[in-house]
Amino acid sequence: MASDKAQKENKGRSGQMAAMRQVLRYIRRYWFMVGFSLVLAAVTVVLTLYVPILTGDAVDLLLGEGMVAFPAVFGIMKKIAIAIAVTALSQWVMNTCNNHITYHVVKDIREDAFERLQKLPLKYLDAHAYGDIVSRVVADVDTFADGLLMGFTQLFTGVLTIIGTLIFMLVTNVPIALVVVCITPVSFLVAKFIATRTYSMFKLQSEIRGEQTSLIEETVGNQKIVKTFSREEAVKSRFGEINDRLQDCSLQAIFFSSITNPATRFVNSLVYAGVGIFGAFVAIRGGISVGRLSCFLSYANQYTKPFNEISGVVTELQNALACAARIFELIDEEPQVPDGADAKVLTDARGNVALENVYFSYVPERKLIQNFNLTVKPGQRVAIVGPTGCGKTTVINLLMRFYDVDSGQIKVDGTDIRSITRGSLRTSYGMVLQETWLRSGTIRDNIRMGKTEATDEEVVQAAKAAHAHSFIKRLPNGYDTVVTEDGGSLSQGQKQLLCIARVMLCLPPMLILDEATSSIDTRTEMRIQNAFAKMMEGRTSFIVAHRLSTIQEADVILVMKDGNIIEQGNHETLLAQKGFYSTLYHSQFEG
Amino acid sequence: MNRLMKYLRDYKKESVLAPLFKLLEAFFELLVPLVMASIIDRGINAGGAGGADEGHIWRMGLCLLALAVIGLVSSITAQFFAAKAAVGFSAKLRQALFDHIQGLDFTNIDKAGTSTMITRMTSDVNQIQSGVNLVLRLFLRSPIIVFGAMIMAFTIDVKSALVFVVAIPLLAVVVFGIMIWTMPLYKKVQANLDKVLGVTRENLTGVRVIRAFHQEEVEEGRFKGFTKALADSQIFVGKISAVMNPVTYVIVNGAIIALIYIGAIQVNVGNLTQGEVVAIINYMSQILVELVKLANLIITVTKALACADRVAGVFEIRNQDRTGAGQTESISDGEASGKTPFLKFDHVSLTYAGAGAETLHDIDFTVNKGETIGIIGGTGSGKSSLVNLIPGFYPVTGGALRLEGRDIRQIPEEELRGMVGMVPQKAVLFKGTIRSNLQWGKPDATEEEMWRAIDMAQAREVVEGKRGKLEAEITQNGKNLSGGQRQRLTIARALVRSPRILILDDSASALDYATDAKLRTAIRNLEGGITTFIVSQRASSIRYADKIVVLDDGEMAGIGTHDELLQNCEVYREIYFSQYPEERLKAAGAERPGSDQTVGDGVRSEKAEEGGESHGIR
Repeated sequence: MASDKAQKENKGRSGQMAAMRQVLRYIRRYWFMVGFSLVLAAVTVVLTLYVPILTGDAVDLLLGEGMVAFPAVFGIMKKIAIAIAVTALSQWVMNTCNNHITYHVVKDIREDAFERLQKLPLKYLDAHAYGDIVSRVVADVDTFADGLLMGFTQLFTGVLTIIGTLIFMLVTNVPIALVVVCITPVSFLVAKFIATRTYSMFKLQSEIRGEQTSLIEETVGNQKIVKTFSREEAVKSRFGEINDRLQDCSLQAIFFSSITNPATRFVNSLVYAGVGIFGAFVAIRGGISVGRLSCFLSYANQYTKPFNEISGVVTELQNALACAARIFELIDEEPQVPDGADAKVLTDARGNVALENVYFSYVPERKLIQNFNLTVKPGQRVAIVGPTGCGKTTVINLLMRFYDVDSGQIKVDGTDIRSITRGSLRTSYGMVLQETWLRSGTIRDNIRMGKTEATDEEVVQAAKAAHAHSFIKRLPNGYDTVVTEDGGSLSQGQKQLLCIARVMLCLPPMLILDEATSSIDTRTEMRIQNAFAKMMEGRTSFIVAHRLSTIQEADVILVMKDGNIIEQGNHETLLAQKGFYSTLYHSQFEG
Repeated sequence: MNRLMKYLRDYKKESVLAPLFKLLEAFFELLVPLVMASIIDRGINAGGAGGADEGHIWRMGLCLLALAVIGLVSSITAQFFAAKAAVGFSAKLRQALFDHIQGLDFTNIDKAGTSTMITRMTSDVNQIQSGVNLVLRLFLRSPIIVFGAMIMAFTIDVKSALVFVVAIPLLAVVVFGIMIWTMPLYKKVQANLDKVLGVTRENLTGVRVIRAFHQEEVEEGRFKGFTKALADSQIFVGKISAVMNPVTYVIVNGAIIALIYIGAIQVNVGNLTQGEVVAIINYMSQILVELVKLANLIITVTKALACADRVAGVFEIRNQDRTGAGQTESISDGEASGKTPFLKFDHVSLTYAGAGAETLHDIDFTVNKGETIGIIGGTGSGKSSLVNLIPGFYPVTGGALRLEGRDIRQIPEEELRGMVGMVPQKAVLFKGTIRSNLQWGKPDATEEEMWRAIDMAQAREVVEGKRGKLEAEITQNGKNLSGGQRQRLTIARALVRSPRILILDDSASALDYATDAKLRTAIRNLEGGITTFIVSQRASSIRYADKIVVLDDGEMAGIGTHDELLQNCEVYREIYFSQYPEERLKAAGAERPGSDQTVGDGVRSEKAEEGGESHGIR
């Protein structure tokens, strides 16, 4: 266990280093600005430290009644004014630079992540929760940005301030400086002590929050069912119970962590008192002027600040790096094998599709498709039937090359699909899936997706062919109605009609219909079937459907079970074989 | 934010005590420069004669330590009360928000959108919590220090203090000006971030379609557009906030120059001592330190305010008065006497809020007690809308729906929903056990009642197949069950309360034919008779209903038994024949569409279609 933990920590640390290197690679693009910003930071720090010295010098000139040397005071005032002006300017430019760097790095990282998303194999995407990926691209990058910005500005200036202050103090008066140097680290320790104590409480807090979020997700997500069963009160009290626990735990976590500030401020006061007393004695013996002492005091007041900031920045940076590591994990994910340079662009496919000795499985331990052979002639209609989980959808995944075969090959018009560009292969198929998906945008844009240059006329024609025109017409803005992410107010059936219209518009040479009409009522479906039939004429089509009417007319019916084609033929021959298909068919007549 | 203030009311004591102790802390902190001045003037330069008073230095030194300790104690006390108030506030707010959402009617639920509700209840409320905490702790501390420093300066020297009078309002203008300016800009940044999130999620859910249409590059372009807008807005708002620190720095240090000048004159005249000048300058630098803290906090507070707006937005969603929608009608005498139908749709129409056209138009029929009503129609014909009117989920917008003569708008919601057992389209179960899920239907259901419902729903084999039977664990959304299993349990859930009206909203779609048939038989044989509504696209599911309502585009295209409708309803015939193509031929041949012969065949072929599905369930 212990070694396990150590290993994990080790891994975490090396992961952080790797993430750091990656971050630096992104920052490197802005190296000029980074350098500029660092110079400005140095200028700012030096001048900020210089101003109290000047102020102290001025104070030293105010010796008493009638003893003030005005010209010297004016000279110092002028110096202070110049220092202030330069500091302010460089601070502003530095802030602007840092903003620029941070937000551009973030943008670059996001875009890289998104680009990678487009190239990741579906194998990866299917295996990962969408919410997790989204939170990497959005929330993690955001946290990283906050940490980066804060780290960037504060770490550097903080370190410089500490060094500068130390130098000044040591130059002015070594004993007083030692007082400061000795007491200050105490604040560091105090902060660290509190942080380790509160860590477990914060962890507990996030656990309870997780519990609460999933309750919210469940009940608010299914609000209608909650109301249907009048369970509002029961749900509220369950929420209340979790909420109470959260309140207790949050109070402790927040209170204990908020002790940090007063505690470090207390240490700060100790330093101040120490400098005051000790400095006074030194001053009495003439070791330091009152002006310098006042300057010392103002340093003592602010000296611990960068320490506290740095400790804050370190945790922030660690957090940021942890988030960065999560994003880079995504960006570094192995992309799908890119299209070869000599990959063929498939145009006007005739529709010869052949699967030869195809083996495929999602996980090596669970064999799925084994030695699958099939030859489809141009224009043939292939229906795939079989119980759920038998591999129907898998065949489509392979045809579209969403997944690559483990061994064997799939050929279109005699060419292995792995030597065809993915884009041209996929656009040669028109695909309608059971799951409907619309892009947020207008109805028109959605239909036009596969053929962006289509005229409005063509769009309407396609919609009419898909029997979608009549409902689109009735929408508030017709074809310009904006649909949201998940299709919003459209019903499942209407969304499916739009997906069909989308394919009707681009009319590719081959078709894949995976339960394409499952959400549409039978009457509309019958009409669409006619349109489909027209569309399928002369086009190689693959159909997965439950409704036997479609399947019966297919040229080839593939009966699949456990990843194998156990029977193959047309409706009549299969019935005559009295095999699985025939049992499947006839079993329905009993009971 | 104002609207949310009431949730802080229970923490009045804490909300007052926290800043009060902060005040105490600040007060002691403000004494420090005075003590220091005393060390310089009376300790180092005692009497101006060059003689030092070491005893005074020690006394004042101890005084500094004492002030530090008192400061520590009072600030820890303040932190405690602030944390208590902030956490208590957010707990109350979260509960209120949750309660409010629970109270929303269906129309509002449709509008709200789950994911934004979730972010509002979680991250937004958390942001507000830290905002409140910080305000209680620091937003008050800062003005106290700032004004306290000014007052202290007045006690030392009025002329020098006038510099504070000029500098402080200037600082206030800068700090609040930037805050007010950037607040809406931060909201814009948030909106842009939402868009980035939206397009990312969309790309994941639609990955197959995007790749099938080879839209990867188009999507990348869209994404880049959104990230650019985001970066631009972030940089713009960043530029403005970047002004804050330099400008406050200039103001404070400019003030220090002025203080040196005035101090020089005053010392020269003999009105001030050196130590006092140091103290006054100290006060000014204290203001600067405070402002730097304040500037860093402002971003948090600005964000919290933006979140508060979003949360307040949820509270603004109000339900429409249920009885107010359309005029209600009381029972007409004639109907009340003797022959009141169990349920009467009296020229009912329904227009969803915000929709352009009627979803249901002039629906008019009566239902007797114990009858089974089938509702069939095409996609979007209004089937679900029709049954959703019965438990009052959506208000009738025209005509009236009467239950035993009472307009349902006058029946209390609780009572109405208690009578109805609803099996929704989407089979959803909740985290817990099978038992706890069945208790949704009837909280105090006995073991017997549960098993009876399970049997009727044909779910005995599902329950008995699980380890722990009724105590079997169910994960969130019932993901550890198959679609068919979930569906049977949702049916059992509706039956366990022995409803007077049972509504199956296309709920048998994941059941194979045989189970579907057994279920319907079980319901029909129930004692006392449940009035049942079956919504379906399958003609077989409603084939034996006492009455079948055929909907077409929100209007009634026909009503009657299967045989009647085959005779006289064109829409029904089309639906039926689309599912039983062989029937059409026979009907055409025999010209007797409703004969027993054809019906038998029809059922058979339907069963054949379900073959694949019934396999899929297991």
